[in-house]
Amino acid sequence: MHTLNYTLIVVGIGSALLGIISGALGTYAVLRRQSLLGDAISHAALPGIALAFLLTGSKTPLILVFGAAMAGWVGTLLILSIVKLTRIKYDSALGLVLSTFFGFGLVLHTLIQRNGNANQAGLDTFLFGQAASLLERDVLTIGILGGIALLIMSLFWKELKLLVFDEGFATSIGLPVRALDILLTSLLTVAIVLGLQAVGAVLMSAMLVAPAVAARQWTDRLGHMVLIAALFGAIAGVSGTVLSSSASRLPTGPTIVLCATLFVGFSFALAPNRGLVWHWVRHRRDKEHLKLAASRSVKEIWKRKELTRLQSTPTDKYISKK
Amino acid sequence: MSQLIAIVVAVACALPGVFLVLRRMTLMSDAISHAILPGIVLAFFLTESLSSPLLILAAAGTGVLTVVLVELLQRTKLVKEDAAMGLTFPALFSIGVILISRFAGNVHLDMDAVLLGELAYAHLNRLEMFGIDLGPVSLYVMGTILVLNLVFILLFYKELKLATFDASLAASLGFAPALIHYGLMTLVSITTVGAFDAVGSILVVALIAGPPATAYLITDSLARMLILSAILGSLNAVSGYWLAHLFDVSIAGAIATTTLLMFGITFLVVPRRGVIAIARRRHRQKLEFAQTMLVIHLLNHEGLPEAEQESQVSHLQEHLRWEPPFAAQIVRYALENRCVSQKNGQLALTERGRGIAREALVH
Repeated sequence: MHTLNYTLIVVGIGSALLGIISGALGTYAVLRRQSLLGDAISHAALPGIALAFLLTGSKTPLILVFGAAMAGWVGTLLILSIVKLTRIKYDSALGLVLSTFFGFGLVLHTLIQRNGNANQAGLDTFLFGQAASLLERDVLTIGILGGIALLIMSLFWKELKLLVFDEGFATSIGLPVRALDILLTSLLTVAIVLGLQAVGAVLMSAMLVAPAVAARQWTDRLGHMVLIAALFGAIAGVSGTVLSSSASRLPTGPTIVLCATLFVGFSFALAPNRGLVWHWVRHRRDKEHLKLAASRSVKEIWKRKELTRLQSTPTDKYISKK
Repeated sequence: MSQLIAIVVAVACALPGVFLVLRRMTLMSDAISHAILPGIVLAFFLTESLSSPLLILAAAGTGVLTVVLVELLQRTKLVKEDAAMGLTFPALFSIGVILISRFAGNVHLDMDAVLLGELAYAHLNRLEMFGIDLGPVSLYVMGTILVLNLVFILLFYKELKLATFDASLAASLGFAPALIHYGLMTLVSITTVGAFDAVGSILVVALIAGPPATAYLITDSLARMLILSAILGSLNAVSGYWLAHLFDVSIAGAIATTTLLMFGITFLVVPRRGVIAIARRRHRQKLEFAQTMLVIHLLNHEGLPEAEQESQVSHLQEHLRWEPPFAAQIVRYALENRCVSQKNGQLALTERGRGIAREALVH
């Protein structure tokens, strides 16, 4: 009983940390309309993991994370250069890199499998994550790497803010926009690669997008949005983990994603000012006001008309006819 | 036989893919291919067979539902299109995964098969009628889908073309771009469902986006792009198939890899739009520009007392701030073009060079 609780605590802390990191950094992706970049990076990471394993023969998380980050990075740079150099648009470049990198990773994976020195579960873990298998060591890695990423984010807070909201202005005051862009993408890559362990490649994009979109409904300030997104991410991570460990055959990754999506639905409905319920209430109130105003002004018009009819002189009549 | 299936799948995916690439909706195929999972699972519970037509219909329905959901989310103005997509398909996919792992534990519906597909086994499931073996089921399914795609594109070619390149003109002419849009999305959904049996839901995107993106680098005409995409798709399929055989790896993965290779090579070497062509053009423009600078410089000082000093090659470093190797390169280039002539380290303008300088100064 004691060990079970301990495992749950470790896994819970791990998922909470991942939720915080991906929520905070996902905010930038959503605001820059690069929500699906996370999807591409997470899929493109597979060949990196396979190559890292093929080259070093070790399954140490740090080495695999490094390989994944490198491949995700190469994929992102390829996307950016395709968009820059050709007329192929962002979406096609992203789809192409995402799927073909993944396919190449699959080829490498079958190569490893054939050589018979890999565990069969490797690919499934990559695809769907396995929060339940997080160890203390993994949580430590997540905490340190994620902490560094968040620290860098806060160090470059002002610059990144400007990059997100007014890239042209950032360029004009001499900020190294390209370097900042690469920095932000690298931070995103770190968040994604860490998150792969919990929710897997297929669902990673949701971990970036959902908390950020939910947080966006509650505030108009970047600082608040990052904090709220991190909070939503953490709660979704913990509740998903607890739910999936309490019921049998409830996979962790999808459960976390559904929890995060619930936050989005909740925020869409109830958030002040932007939420759909508020919208509806305000719409009704405006309608009432408009009706009242309209009926009042109709009355006014009638009254005036009566008055003018009574008071009108021949010249007035002439003018009004004209 | 697997090769034939691979070709049919590749061509069937590439055709609607052309329109997705041109309409900037490639990622919708990614979203659809993931989001159809709950539809497939529910239909599978009903029919208990992976190749029943009901399954394809249910999945295609879910695909169209995904498109509608994404558009509804966008219409609330609470999220942008990319985030709407990034929210919808993981949620639907999660529902599908949970359904599978909770209720399909002992039924044959493998997650790996859904995500990765396996072309090697596609021909094992065979269609038999009156005891006669008529070939693999998936060949018939994909063949039908291919014909469907062809018929749709041929019938509505004009409408598709107009709606793709000028949606507002199409609307004002009464072509109902919305109808074309949903028709195309239905087609993409059906194609994706049919294809994932063979290549899985992630690699479908490679087949849909890869050949059209490659063809887009090569041609400017829609008709040629369609034909080229089909050809490139089949080439990728065949070479991927043989690659997989050679190294004994996943066929679908190998086809995706050859798609990437094919795109990469085209990206590098295609005339006019390739990376090499762009680099060469930039290099030539740099030389041209420097040569123009040189002749203007010479023209400015021509016939003046300081001309003798200014026209020395060694002086260029000081005056135009050119490093000696670069200056030497430009002088060589200008000599080749017969814009200048050289005598004991002194440069003199030729008639041609003078013309270039004057023209540049006029503009």
